[in-house]
Amino acid sequence: MSELTLERGLAAFRAEIDAPTAAFFSSCVHCGLCAQSCPFYLETGDPKYTPILKLEPLRRVWENEFTLWGRIKGRLGLQKPVTDEMLAEWEELLYDSCSMCGRCSMVCPVGNDLAYMIRKTREGMVQSGHAPEGLIAAASRAIKTGSPMGLQWKTLAVQIQHVESSSGLTVPVDQEGAEYLVLLSSMEIINFPEYLEAITKIFDHAGVTWTLSTQCFEATNAGIQIGNKDIAAELVERVVAAAETLRVSKVISPECGHAYTAIRWEGPNLIGRPYPFRVFHIIEVLDELRAAGRIKTEGKEDDRLSMHDPCNLARKSGVIQQQRNLMALVAENFVDLKEHGKYQWCCGAGGGVSSNERAEELKMAAFKRKKAQIEEVAPERMVTMCATCRTQLEEGLEAFNMEIPVVGLTEMIAEHLVERD
Amino acid sequence: MRKRSDKTLGESLRDHGLSRRGFLKLCAATASLMALPPSMAPAIAAALEQARRPSVIWLSFQECTGCTESLTRAHAPTLEDLIFDFISLDYHHTLQAASGEAAEEARLQAMEENKGRYLVIVDGSIPGPDANPGFSTVAGHSNYSILMETVEHAAAVIAVGTCAAFGGLPQARPNPTGAMSVMDLVRDKPVINVPGCPPIPMVITGVVAHYLVFGRLPELDGYGRPLAFYGQSIHDRCYRRPFYDKGLFAESFDDEGAKLGWCLYRLGCKGPTTYNACATMKWNDGASWPVEAGHPCLGCSEPKFWDAGGFYEPVSVPLTLGPGTLLGAGVVGAVAGGGLATLARKQRKEEAGTRQPVTVDELEQKL
Amino acid sequence: MSGSMEFLLWTKGPLFDIALAIFAIGLMARLVEIFMLGRAHNYAEPRAHEWPAGLRTMLTRTIADPGTFKRAPFNVVVGWIWHIGFLTALLFFVPHVELIRSVLGFAWPALPNPLVDFATAITILALIATLVHRLTHPVKRHISTVEDYLVWAVVFMVVLTGYLAYHRLVEPYPLALGMHILSAEILLVILPFTKLTHIFTAFIARWYNGAAFGRKGVQS
Repeated sequence: MSELTLERGLAAFRAEIDAPTAAFFSSCVHCGLCAQSCPFYLETGDPKYTPILKLEPLRRVWENEFTLWGRIKGRLGLQKPVTDEMLAEWEELLYDSCSMCGRCSMVCPVGNDLAYMIRKTREGMVQSGHAPEGLIAAASRAIKTGSPMGLQWKTLAVQIQHVESSSGLTVPVDQEGAEYLVLLSSMEIINFPEYLEAITKIFDHAGVTWTLSTQCFEATNAGIQIGNKDIAAELVERVVAAAETLRVSKVISPECGHAYTAIRWEGPNLIGRPYPFRVFHIIEVLDELRAAGRIKTEGKEDDRLSMHDPCNLARKSGVIQQQRNLMALVAENFVDLKEHGKYQWCCGAGGGVSSNERAEELKMAAFKRKKAQIEEVAPERMVTMCATCRTQLEEGLEAFNMEIPVVGLTEMIAEHLVERD
Repeated sequence: MRKRSDKTLGESLRDHGLSRRGFLKLCAATASLMALPPSMAPAIAAALEQARRPSVIWLSFQECTGCTESLTRAHAPTLEDLIFDFISLDYHHTLQAASGEAAEEARLQAMEENKGRYLVIVDGSIPGPDANPGFSTVAGHSNYSILMETVEHAAAVIAVGTCAAFGGLPQARPNPTGAMSVMDLVRDKPVINVPGCPPIPMVITGVVAHYLVFGRLPELDGYGRPLAFYGQSIHDRCYRRPFYDKGLFAESFDDEGAKLGWCLYRLGCKGPTTYNACATMKWNDGASWPVEAGHPCLGCSEPKFWDAGGFYEPVSVPLTLGPGTLLGAGVVGAVAGGGLATLARKQRKEEAGTRQPVTVDELEQKL
Repeated sequence: MSGSMEFLLWTKGPLFDIALAIFAIGLMARLVEIFMLGRAHNYAEPRAHEWPAGLRTMLTRTIADPGTFKRAPFNVVVGWIWHIGFLTALLFFVPHVELIRSVLGFAWPALPNPLVDFATAITILALIATLVHRLTHPVKRHISTVEDYLVWAVVFMVVLTGYLAYHRLVEPYPLALGMHILSAEILLVILPFTKLTHIFTAFIARWYNGAAFGRKGVQS
């Protein structure tokens, strides 16, 4: 039976090194500013969590094999090799203490896209057998059951029934030729079933044709989080197949950050071809409907609301203004966190950290940065649009005894729809 | 003529009708010449009064006679006339009356009579012992053999002019005559270098005066140059220095900056790296000096000044490099980098061909 | 015979050629290494064009975002000061301008010497400050390698010897100038093989960063 080995890992590192990677490593001056943008460093104070240091395995392979000087050093026996022991040590740095939030990529003075390289480095970690157990389990469940949480269609079917009976609307399933294929995330289905009801209402209100697919309902991609393109590609292929079967022209990624970057930006590259459909985050779709005047709302929330931008949605995908347009529609007392949009701070749970039980302590440490941001603005409720962020915010705020409820933006919009006669 | 060397300098001067007052004035001038305070004048007077005029043998090798011209035609008439009374110049091609065998005889006789006490002044470089001796001869003898024969019993050697001091023009690349400097060849005698192309006349006389007054060599720098005259750079004493400090430069010989007397650095002035007294003592009886005349310093009192970059190229300009070298090296680098990258690409391509996709089974082995 | 003038001419002559050749070879090798690696084709539908965003980031990354500035003001300010001071001296000191003209065949106007002198003095102080910071800040201390200190020492030597030579604080002057040129040559030689490559590659890195974010609709 084949095994994951150091050799496979090294080959994966080599395969991942491209021109940007070489330019990035060539440019690092060890100024340490990336640490000042990393919640894992800032909230633990441990310099080993300095982002650039997390990339040391990939950097060594680059220096040893892709530079003239590295080759000369090799001849002189001065190279520092990448060993299994080293990778074992780096597993914590690459998975437990990094949510790939990309904030370091945004502030590095020489322009290094560190998150891009973390994603690449994880490829080698998987191939060499150094991925965390929690992520392995999630990836394995995703491949075997179609959901990283092992959720089956029948569970979703129960939710659909609930939604239909409480809303009096039909949730379209396997409707060929609908405009949109709606994907969900397992976490949403279990923790936030109100999301499904919300979009059912909004789409009905706006007259949008949409459908779920029994063939594939899961938007999340555990392959991206663990950092393996084989698993990631297979999960993307399932979405593509479902969309092609139902001949939809648009696919909607749910209130989940990484699911959106996975399907929107990485997906076509994982399968090596462009999609026959376009991909949107639900927030983009809602804002388009709003702009087209297809969403009519009444009344506004009058409590003090603030918003958490999911990293994957804002900084890593450019969806920043849309959620603010939608907030303006339904909230009259909205205040942004001080650093928001592309400079927002991660909640600490993304990039697979929340699926990695071992990282629980670090995850909560990193959350302290978000907590401080929230305290600065002192809202009565927080709004967000990612199930992972939302769970982390709820757990974190509760852990610190802060009574600030967290709501999903889509639900909030749904609550203010003008009732039809 | 040679009888005069028996007299003291004081006697000799009085014979020439020099008054006591005139003598003291001369001593004060000598003090300033040697860069000593005027209060030293009485001490100098006492020393000179008692000094014996030393015998001097002046050897001219691969030279242009510019140094002698400088010495003799300088506008310091009283002083330069008298300098021939300070010393007994027993041999000098250009200046002596005797010629042919009589001239050579005079040299040998002076050497014999003043064994161990005479001074040798050299101007011009010497084809070294390994060079063809025929490149430069006097009375059928090579420069090298004359020099070595003459310095053997000398008290000291003064190398006058840059050719004698550092090899000068004859030694400039490709140095066809294998020219060498005096200090390259004379290792066992004190050698004083008085470089310049030519040296300032008063510097030549000053060095001789110092030797007469103190009976020993003056303090020298790393190149054997008397610190009294070569202790400071042209740049440090240049009257145009304030323009350098302010960053005001002439950029061509006829621009506004040149007319306003701004710094000549960008026109190739070697003043910053050149040690000489031109800026303070000037030339032609203090009339002017090259920089004052609007021309950059050539650095003529420094070793290898002919090979130290173009006269009109600034000090900071590298000697040999041009855009060609840079381009050539760039191409070599591109090829090296390209080769390496090609190798790396090839390896990656091979590995991509044999890449094993990760399976869930493989992953689960860790659980 | 080997004195200060010979030393100066050696640094201005053969050594300069060698140093610049190694620099050119090393740098070109590095740049070709980088560009030949290429990027995989991107099939994802872009939100915006890469080029304008990449070009913008090449410039904008020079200035820290307000949050980073607030969290690491020393890093940002001192880094700025010494970079500006170093570049001022390197590119606008009259002798350097003349050198550039001789090597490249063209140059630009220079700045008055007192200004360059001031910039150099500030640079020396700022460089000392960066060293102290590197030795004391937990992150910088932890991530620093021998190379970081070597590069610091070489850069510092270049500036210090330049300052000493300009003020003629070392005698004889040809020795002072020669030491400055030698330091600069050491800098040129190690440049393509150390983090000093960032002088050139940082702009490439910034472009890639800006392009990657830009195509997703974010100006990084």
